[in-house]
Amino acid sequence: MSNRKILGYRRENGRVAVRNHVVILPVDDISNAACEAVANNIKGTLAIPHAYGRLQFGEDLELFFRTMIGTGSNPNVAAIVVIGIEDGWTQKIVDGIAKTGKPVAGFSIEGRGDIGTIAAASQKAKEFVQWASELQRTECDFSELYISVKCGESDTTTGLSSCPTVGNVVDKHCAAGGIASFGETTELTGAEHIVAAKAINETVRKEFMAAFDDYQNLVFSQKKDDLSESQPTKGNIAGGLTTIEEKALGNVEKLGKHTQFVGCLKPAEAPTGAGLWYMDTSAAAAEAVVLWAASGAVVHLFPTGQGNVIGNPIEPVIKLSGNPKTVKLMAEHIDLDVSPILQGEMTLDQAGDALIDMIVRTANGRLTAAEALGHREFAMTKLYRSA
Amino acid sequence: MIHFLIHEAADNVGVAVVDIAADTDCTGRNLAENAPLTAHSEEAIPLGHKLALKDLAVGDFAVKYGCVIGTIVEPVKAGHHVHIHNLKTKRWA
Repeated sequence: MSNRKILGYRRENGRVAVRNHVVILPVDDISNAACEAVANNIKGTLAIPHAYGRLQFGEDLELFFRTMIGTGSNPNVAAIVVIGIEDGWTQKIVDGIAKTGKPVAGFSIEGRGDIGTIAAASQKAKEFVQWASELQRTECDFSELYISVKCGESDTTTGLSSCPTVGNVVDKHCAAGGIASFGETTELTGAEHIVAAKAINETVRKEFMAAFDDYQNLVFSQKKDDLSESQPTKGNIAGGLTTIEEKALGNVEKLGKHTQFVGCLKPAEAPTGAGLWYMDTSAAAAEAVVLWAASGAVVHLFPTGQGNVIGNPIEPVIKLSGNPKTVKLMAEHIDLDVSPILQGEMTLDQAGDALIDMIVRTANGRLTAAEALGHREFAMTKLYRSA
Repeated sequence: MIHFLIHEAADNVGVAVVDIAADTDCTGRNLAENAPLTAHSEEAIPLGHKLALKDLAVGDFAVKYGCVIGTIVEPVKAGHHVHIHNLKTKRWA
């Protein structure tokens, strides 16, 4: 494991990437149209439209900037054009991304209009995409990959097969000095004692429990029932999961058998060292993966039971399933079939090694099912109403 | 063929890993100890759904992964389906 190599892109700041995107990033909802026009003009670029960025304030605004700057800073982004309605926040995001050393340029629409902005931004985007297209993949260590993990449309097979397969990879990756992150705070309910016991020290344990309790308080302050159609979802229930406790106990199989987690991250906050990190995320798939991508994760491992189809614009999402019906009925969405585990025909260690092989292939350039199918869900987490 | 699995010896529900028909003699496996088990289904249990391994009374806890996953709210006989009609969360109720 520690000897595994991948063919990635090494960025200006030394970080390893598995994709080479040139992104056109809107600062705000009203700049989506200009970004999409630039991406239409310049082939090989990728616009990432989203719904927010106006009149946010306080902690929600801080999360907004972390998400925007983090997305642009992700190693899988080679170069980036930022377009916003106003100069100020556009420049703040450009300056944040520029710290990585990668090419970045900002454009603002006010006083110029969409058409002039699109023309100027398209010139820069063309320059960036031609530059990026000449970058070459180079041999890097597998352990240099920052991997995020989260499951979706879980059922009881995820807790038996696909989640512990991810746990096996987390154990191997972190033992080899890699970085990994898990989260899904509400979906730890009923298994929080297991997570807390994996904290590396008392400070980290307390920090985790504070984030967990804070999310529980949110649920109790806003809920109108037992959340039995939200958490678990209807799909979870159709797959045999009955309660949040049962879902959580399957979820935490992703944390591995031996690995302790070394710290707690705010949403979209980047880890500061090797090891497994807890991030305070929602359990909604697209929202959570966007937060990990913004924290710098370059590959996501996504166990599914009933067949969640999520992808992300910049972080490849590798799907694995142990549900024999799902791998047949939704074959086009599944990158790795681990269903033989259920009949004792594959061990977790064999499944973990098969997943590592799939990570290597993905890192080397194989498109994931979600990438090939065009899944680019970019759902930003918003903490409360705008001003 | 394995019909159902349990995670830990303390579990009082098993997970069907194939569609189990009613009135089937089932072969199971305890994953923690890699030990064989048997059970008998009294009703059909779809793949992924839970089978009671003993009689469970109202107020009993369902145990899976060796942990409590909720409270029994309708009596369940061994071999019957355990799901939202007879098991509820203890956490957000």
